[in-house]
Formats: sequence, C-alpha cells, structure tokens
Amino acid sequence: MVSEALKAQMRETVARYPLARSAMLPCLHLAQDELGYLPDEAIVAVAEAIGVKSDEVESVVTFYSMFHQEPKGRHVIKVCASVSCYLMGCDAVIDRLERRLGVRRGETTPDGRFTLEAVECLAACGMAPALQVNGEFVEQVSPERAERLVTFLEEGGDMAQVRNYWRQFSDGAGMATETEIGVTTEASDNGVSNTKKVR
Amino acid sequence: MADSTETQTERAPLPLGPNPRFITENFEVPGIDQIEVYRAHGGYEALAKALKSFQPDELVEEVKKSGLRGRGGAGFATGLKWSFLPKESPKPRYLCVNGDESEPGTFKDRMIMEVSPHLLVEGVIIASYATKVHHAFIYVRGELLKAGLQVERAVREAVEAGFIGKDILGSGFDLAITVHHGAGAYICGEESALLESLEGKRGYPRLKPPFPAVVGLYSGPTVINNVETLAALPAIARYGADAYAAYGTEKSKGTRVYCLSGHVNRPGNYEAPLGLSLRTLIEDLGGGMRDGRAVKAIIPGGSSSPMLGADKLDLPLDYEAVAAAGSMLGSAGVIVVDDQTCIVGATLRMSEFYRDESCGKCTPCREGTFWLVQLVERLEAGEGRESDIDLLLDICDNMFGKCFCPLGDAATSCIVSSIKLFRDEYIHHVREHACLVGPGATRAHATAEAHAR
Ligand SMILES: Cc1cc2nc3c(=O)[nH]c(=O)nc-3n(C[C@H](O)[C@H](O)[C@H](O)COP(=O)(O)O)c2cc1C
Repeated sequence: MVSEALKAQMRETVARYPLARSAMLPCLHLAQDELGYLPDEAIVAVAEAIGVKSDEVESVVTFYSMFHQEPKGRHVIKVCASVSCYLMGCDAVIDRLERRLGVRRGETTPDGRFTLEAVECLAACGMAPALQVNGEFVEQVSPERAERLVTFLEEGGDMAQVRNYWRQFSDGAGMATETEIGVTTEASDNGVSNTKKVR
Repeated sequence: MADSTETQTERAPLPLGPNPRFITENFEVPGIDQIEVYRAHGGYEALAKALKSFQPDELVEEVKKSGLRGRGGAGFATGLKWSFLPKESPKPRYLCVNGDESEPGTFKDRMIMEVSPHLLVEGVIIASYATKVHHAFIYVRGELLKAGLQVERAVREAVEAGFIGKDILGSGFDLAITVHHGAGAYICGEESALLESLEGKRGYPRLKPPFPAVVGLYSGPTVINNVETLAALPAIARYGADAYAAYGTEKSKGTRVYCLSGHVNRPGNYEAPLGLSLRTLIEDLGGGMRDGRAVKAIIPGGSSSPMLGADKLDLPLDYEAVAAAGSMLGSAGVIVVDDQTCIVGATLRMSEFYRDESCGKCTPCREGTFWLVQLVERLEAGEGRESDIDLLLDICDNMFGKCFCPLGDAATSCIVSSIKLFRDEYIHHVREHACLVGPGATRAHATAEAHAR
C-alpha cells in the first residue's frame, strides 16, 4: 500500500526541483525504500506526483539497475564482479556464497532472507574484493569471511553491527568496512616521502 | 618526453614542500566530515577568501592560471570550460557535480564524499560563485549510499552555517544545492546522460553539439565537473593558482588522487603530483607486487583506457605522457595485473562490463559489445578460432569513433590493447584449449577438445 505519508513525501520532493519530472528518481527511491520494491501502484503514485504517464515512469524503472518490480530478499548481497575485484578473487567469493545460500547469483533464497547478486564496479577497488549488504560496504572479503557474514546475518545480526563484528572476527589483516585512513606512511627517496595511503 | 620528476626538482623552491596534499590534507583528522571539525582545520576559509578577494570572472582566470584540468576522464581545462558559458542567457544556469563514479578501477570520488564531504561542498560553492550559478546539483551514484548521505548532511550543515543560501557571508551571492541520488547506470556518468537522468529520464546521452555549456540542464547553460576537480578548488583559492601550478608537469598541473588497485601489496588512494612515475606508485607507494610477482600489464586510467605493458613502468602519470604511450590517464584508476593472470580472462571480465552497461541507444555499441563478449568468451573457453582474433579487431574498428558516445570506444580499449600486447596468449587459447598462465593453464579442456575434433 502506498501510504498518504509516502505520497506527501513525494510531493515535498517534487517541490525541491525546478521541474517536477526531475523528482522521478528520488520519488522512485522513496517508494522502493518504503515498499521494498516497485509494484504497479507505486509506479502510479510516482506518475501522479510528478504529472507524467505511468508508462513513462515504468520506462525509467526498467532502465536503472537499482530499481526492481519484484520483491527481493531481506538482505541483498551485492558482490562486485568487475575487473579489480576479479583480479583479487571475487569469483571464489561468489561461488562460495552460491553454495552457502543454495541459490545462483540473481536469485533469492526460498525463505526470502537473502538475495545474491553479482554487480558492476562498486568503487571499492582498493579494498577488493568488496560486497555490499543492503547498501553498506564490506570490503576485503575472502570466501571464508563471506560465509561468516551470512551466518552472522542468519543469526539476526544487522549491518549496523557488522563493523564491530569484523573487528572481532577478522583474521590478521583486519576487515575494513569503513573508511580506513592513514594506514601507512612511506619512507622513500623519490620526493614523495610523505605521501600516505589515504584510503 | 620530459621527465616530470626532474622538472619538479629543477623548479625549486616548491612552495608547499615536495608532496603537498591539496585534496587529502586533512583526511586523517577524526570527524573531518563534521562541519565544526572541518572549520577548525581551516574549512570554508577558502570560500570566504574567494568571495571577498575575487570577482567571479577573476576567479575563472585564477582557475585557468592554476592549470586545473578535469579529473573525471577527459582532462579538459576547468577554467576554460567555465569560460564557455554564455555571458548572457535568458535561462538560469546550473552547475552539475558528477559524483557518479562507476569506472572500474576508480574509487577516489567515493572516498572524498565519504571522508570529507565539506571539501566537495566548499568546492561546489566556489565554482558556483565563479560561474554565476545559483542552483547546483550534486549527482551521487545511487549505489554509494553512504557517500550520498554524507554529502546531503554536509549540505544541510553548510546551509545552517550560512555558507549556502541567500547572501552568502554578506557577498550578495545566493546559492541552492540539491543532492540527487542516481539509480544504477554507468552511462549516467557521461555528462549529457547525467543531465537526462537529472531531468527524470532514461540515461541516454544527448547529441553534441550543442554542448552543455550552451544547452544543458533544463536547456540552460550548464557546467559539469567531477567531484575531485571541484575538491581541488578550496586549495587553489587558499594557496593561490601559482602554488598549485608549481606542482605537476608542464601541461598537467597540481596533484591527483591515484586509485591503485590490483596485484600490489598496498592498494589504495594516493595523492601525489601529476607526473608521478608508475614505478614509484607501484613499488614505493603500493609496496610492490604481491607475492614477489612481476608486472604483466597496467591499466592506467580505469578500464576504459588501453592497457600498457611492463616496459612502460617508468612512464610519468600525466595526461600527455600517458596519451603519448597510447593510453589515457582518464580517471587515474591504475589497475596493476601480475604475470600469473590470464589476459584473455581479464579482458573478458572488462568486456562484460561494457556489454552490461551499454545503454542500447546506438546500434554499434549495443550490438558490438555483445558480439565482442561472445568472441572473447569463446576464446577464453578454448573454443575459439584463430580468425576470431582478427574478427575482434575488425569489430572494434567498426565501433571506434562510430558510436553515439565514448562508451562504445571505451569498450574496444581492453580488447585492442590486449591483442596488441598479448596476441600469443590468445593464440595459445585457440591451439592448446587452455590459458597460457594462471589456474586455467592446467585445466582439462575435454569439451573444448571434443569440440575442436
Ligand atoms: C561512459 C562515460 C562514463 C563517465 N563516467 C564519469 C564518472 O563516473 N564521473 C565523472 O566525473 N566523469 C565521467 N565521465 C566524464 C564526463 O562525461 C565528463 O567529462 C566529466 O564529468 C567532466 O568533468 P571534469 O571536466 O571535471 O572532469 C564519463 C564519460 C563517459 C563517456
């Protein structure tokens, strides 16, 4: 159900733009965040809010990979499969998750708890391989760590706790899920001696 | 080709030491994403100085003098781009910030937005003042949720502090900033597709000309700049154009945030002057190759840039030198590939990206990217023919320069460059039905062999 509150939020969003239609993506995000996906009634509501036909909204929905017209699992795990993560072994992470969850990439577990996806570059190449759970980053994942992450989520853990969780369980290198800065100071004789790794 | 490191040591004294960090200076400061901490470290002083000491046109000149060039990919001179805006126009003018960072191998804009969103916001206000824009949009890639929320919060804090809004710091200058979240489409990083997306449409690129400076968002004159480009402005306003231009090489001024990824010991973002050598980046900053392996190939500017061989390790990373070597500095996403990597496999992975992200508007790109993947897939599986290799080059030739936007060109880079450098490896796949190196070198190709028979 598209609530009155959601409709009001959409109207507010429309008012922030010089042209109502610019609120298309923001309104779709609002609806999807609230409903979990974009059923027809959400598309109708967005169309009403910005004053276009439903067809036009649907044509936008099908263009952008983050919008989906079917529900997904409670935890959506997106594993980056682009080249830097590939070089660092993301395929093994995806394979392990497929086996652990008993689904193929792109599928949702029958209990509706997990959706597994292989996605394009997530801008985490320096911390590869990387994945996101419901939009939050978990970086430098090995197949083992990915498996432990699933167990952790199955046991009711949520992403807010994941950061601490990695600190607790990470083996050696440390699992940075967050901005990790100022890691190393390099001494060298080439005029860039104080160049630090900034992330 | 001038050796940039030498040019730098000759041109003494350097005003801010050998390695200034114009962008990342305060990135280690805890809480630098909060406005109080940012201000305690000199934040928004550059804005105050810019508003007080410069007329908008003077600021454009100052940015021209700094030599700042776009950090989004094409490397276009920033001040010059601003000066293309028509002096008078009946429609409002806009600034659109490109925070759509999706080029494989690139992860600097996400860092800037997550760690120091006020640096970006300050840069956006300075740029808006210089270009006489009263409404700026920050388009943040949808998947970068935290980055988007950080920028949103920074904008809110800056509004409360009076840095955004009416009559900013008593200058008479008004500005509104809207943060806009994308929804997953690499093509929306292309500036005209970004405008379409911002107008609530599918992200299809527009025909150019007219260029966005003349007909952009809502048909008004529009400047589009990358996050890192704008994040350099506070330092330029603060230290002056000359101090900024004292770094880098003759035509590539200042510093860049190099995104180092792949088979190095310490991948990560490193800010250093333009002209830094690949060897210094990989060996000194990146801690050398993992497991003592050797460099096989380097992709210097994100996956859209042609790969280079290990003979190019002494290449200075500036726009001219990388272009002269047959590639491009692009987004400075430096991806390092070691000698145990099957180049056909890596090329396949990069090609799949362009197939999946082709927007479908024009035929050569839509069909070409599919065809390329089919052929590389077949070769990688050991089921290809030797003629496939030339067929790949032929398709690339039919795409390059013939697609509606540069995405189609980009799709050909990894294929053409990898065949040029490693044709033997492709041939090995055909003849031996296996990879030359890596885990695929020993795999049993029963099906492929049966197929070949
Ligand atoms: C397919 C494609 C994707 C692009 N993606 C980005 C991007 O994610 N971020 C970006 O800043 N520029 C991107 N660009 C470059 C932009 O079109 C534009 O040149 C740039 O944002 C201008 O800003 P600058 O002059 O500050 O670099 C892309 C270009 C193409 C063709």
